[in-house]
Amino acid sequence: MRDMLLGVSGLRHSRSEEPEEKVTAREFVKGNEALALGALKAGLNAYFAYPITPSSEIPETLAREFKSPQYPDFKVFLQSSSELEAINMVIGAAATGAKAMTATSGPGFSLKQEGLSYAASMEIPLLVVDVNRGGPGLGNLGPEQSDYYQSTKGGGHGGYRNIVLAPNSVQEMATFPSLGFSLAFKYRNPAIILADAFLGQLKEDTTYPPIAEEKFDTPWATTGARGETRHVLVSLHLDFDDQSRHVEHLLKKYEEMAREEQRAELYMTGDADVVVVAFGIVSRLVKQAVNALRAKGVRAGMLRPITLSPFPSRYISDLVSKGVKRFVVVELNTGQMVYDVKLAAENGVVERLNRWGGILPSSSEIVAKVEMTSA
Amino acid sequence: MMPSQEESTNEYEVRLGKLAALTSKPTHYCSGCEHGILTKLIANAIDELEIRERTVVVDSVGCSVFAHEYLNVDAIQAAHGRAPAVMAGIKRVRPDLVAFAVQGDGDAVAIGLQELIYAASRNEPITIFLVNNAIYGMTGGQMAPTTPEGMITTTTPEGRDTAYTGTIIDASKLLAGLDGPSYVKRVFLPVAPLKSRDLYSAAGPLEGARSVVNAFKVQLAGGFSFVEFVSTCSINWKMSVLDSKKYAAEVLAKIYPPGLYKDKLGIEKR
Repeated sequence: MRDMLLGVSGLRHSRSEEPEEKVTAREFVKGNEALALGALKAGLNAYFAYPITPSSEIPETLAREFKSPQYPDFKVFLQSSSELEAINMVIGAAATGAKAMTATSGPGFSLKQEGLSYAASMEIPLLVVDVNRGGPGLGNLGPEQSDYYQSTKGGGHGGYRNIVLAPNSVQEMATFPSLGFSLAFKYRNPAIILADAFLGQLKEDTTYPPIAEEKFDTPWATTGARGETRHVLVSLHLDFDDQSRHVEHLLKKYEEMAREEQRAELYMTGDADVVVVAFGIVSRLVKQAVNALRAKGVRAGMLRPITLSPFPSRYISDLVSKGVKRFVVVELNTGQMVYDVKLAAENGVVERLNRWGGILPSSSEIVAKVEMTSA
Repeated sequence: MMPSQEESTNEYEVRLGKLAALTSKPTHYCSGCEHGILTKLIANAIDELEIRERTVVVDSVGCSVFAHEYLNVDAIQAAHGRAPAVMAGIKRVRPDLVAFAVQGDGDAVAIGLQELIYAASRNEPITIFLVNNAIYGMTGGQMAPTTPEGMITTTTPEGRDTAYTGTIIDASKLLAGLDGPSYVKRVFLPVAPLKSRDLYSAAGPLEGARSVVNAFKVQLAGGFSFVEFVSTCSINWKMSVLDSKKYAAEVLAKIYPPGLYKDKLGIEKR
């Protein structure tokens, strides 16, 4: 144990001594650490921290890299007194046009919902990472995907949508912060990265994108009035017509996001009769299962939603129109995304396989489920 | 009628009519409410310090939620109680800006007490003006943490029983007990009735004006500043404006004694 700890800190030291060589080198790192470094490569300006297992390596990594000459744009790392304080600090920082983020896990993600509702209404782009653990309540520290509803359906009050990205590898943990910020600023909308305890703690080979030069236009940012031109970010619209127009404006934006930003990975779906739908870490098991099914002569494929919101329904309706008759939705919850698949699949048969409490299905269980529904 | 510059030697009188930091929108505040006075004092200070184009007001939830409609500066609305956290986020990224909020006692001392205490303990360079009128104003007169024993509110119809509901929380004393904050002051803001019921003392608003300027100066010097304004709420106290001023002077000012609770930078002596 002692060796392991020393090993990790030793690696860090060598990083700061030779920063340039390490930027694009392959590294064997935890998902949480990859996400933190990926955020830095994405030009992160401000991180507001509150610790919660299994996400704490994210603030720990960023605390370590804070003030590193490698990341001159990383101006603020601050630990807050609560999840609520952290998300509201993110809102304040983001309101000035900064790339600001925080990370948490389920119990903390619940506390973020207040801020997310305000940020959605005021159209403040920001990034929140949820390393989903078992739930509800304190639950446990194992992987679940049970925050799917909360993240994709607008978990706070009043009805709104987040952009939600679901990585399935440590590599994607490293690259999705950049995508998250891009989409958040493009649409002036909160973005969520929905990972899980498995991805957060998993170690894999990872390369990082080069440091982003991307600077976003933020003419709305509250950085001081210029003459009589003011920047005013409000979520209160007491006049019914005003509020109605505001909601309509948001709705149009969500519709545009749904038109433009659906992302998914398709695997062996070209001639598939049955398609397994799974996001995040589960998709890795599904891929194995699809390979095994193909070896047995079953024409199976996989659809992996990458954007959970907007949900890639177009991919599903395309598959239906190409002759896919059955979908099997595999999730680490009691069944949440399955309803989005059902909506998109219309008359297609939608089966499900669910595991929860921190337990993952084995790929042979997935194979068995697909074979059973094919029989 | 507003006296012209030639006629008046009172700087405030002259300037109040044409402040760059004030919009032309009439306020929604009830007659006799100190929020309107404070809004003008803030606008005056912003003009005096020439910080309008780098100031952000964080609207907090309560009667000051429309502060941006009257103050001609950049603005963002915070959730109930969260203004100090939003301001901390702004200032950490952009220390060149000036951030302030007008918070009510429900907002700052109940739902937002944690955000307030931690911002103060970190000595965030932000400014909070607390309007303490001992009651929830905008929601219609419910008990606040500052409501004195015996006061009738809509949630304490028999009068507040502090043995049952807890005793008052004195925000200025609480913050002054922390090592962090640079400036903590309590001001009696209302015009106070003098012996003759037709005459009032303007000492409160004048002291308020000085304190608002000082609070911004503390922020500009890098410190956390907090000014609590003992105020009235005649509507929710169910009193005439005149009686509310009397009650504030005779009862509230004794529970919440005005004074300089902390001035680490010695700003008042400069």
